[in-house]
Amino acid sequence: MTTKKMAIIATKGTLDMAYPPFILASTAAALGYDVQIFFTFYGLQLLRKDLSNVMISPLANPAMPMPVPMPVFVQMLPGMESMATMMMKQKLKKHGVASLEELRDLCLEADVKFIACQMTVDLFEFDKSEFIDNVEYGGAAMFFGFAGETDICLFV
Amino acid sequence: MNFNKEFDASGMSCPLPIVKTKKSLADMESGQVLKVIATDCGAVKDMQAFADQTGNKLLSNTEDCGKYIFFIQKK
Repeated sequence: MTTKKMAIIATKGTLDMAYPPFILASTAAALGYDVQIFFTFYGLQLLRKDLSNVMISPLANPAMPMPVPMPVFVQMLPGMESMATMMMKQKLKKHGVASLEELRDLCLEADVKFIACQMTVDLFEFDKSEFIDNVEYGGAAMFFGFAGETDICLFV
Repeated sequence: MNFNKEFDASGMSCPLPIVKTKKSLADMESGQVLKVIATDCGAVKDMQAFADQTGNKLLSNTEDCGKYIFFIQKK
């Protein structure tokens, strides 16, 4: 049986959108898939050693379930983002959902390959020393080398 | 049922029961049996799918007072 492959393009850097790539990648790896994630644009934030700045905002996110209805002008008050992030993290923990750090570590342990888009690293002037060590840097052509052979290819 | 190792995934949500079951199986030998306990009802279908896709055999799958008990034989 040939090994199945999955590629994911991770483009978002908010707490809610950080979960799908890591959940899918760790699960696919557990199922025996060879997995690569290509991090580009805001997805690069998920490669930082320190993930404490990965946050969720209720602003412009009308589908986010809120404990109490909250008008947009309240959502934009200072500190709302931090509060929403703190509440979301508490909720995740209460439900036994792994932290981003844990899921990312599980991906690395399972040999999921992380590729950072060199162009967006340069564009946003990211300092590579702020990223975890297990990252390769490359471009779209490099990604297609793997993605073209995959059974599943997702854009998040 | 006899088993060689136990993994308690109580309180864990998707994808931890599956990802950590895979990790628990890693240092076991072919033919050995892993007992997994989970409380996430999503794990029931996931564990079957895990077995189907990895070739490890799901020997039994039972529920006992909100706990899901699986016996998986490593391929």
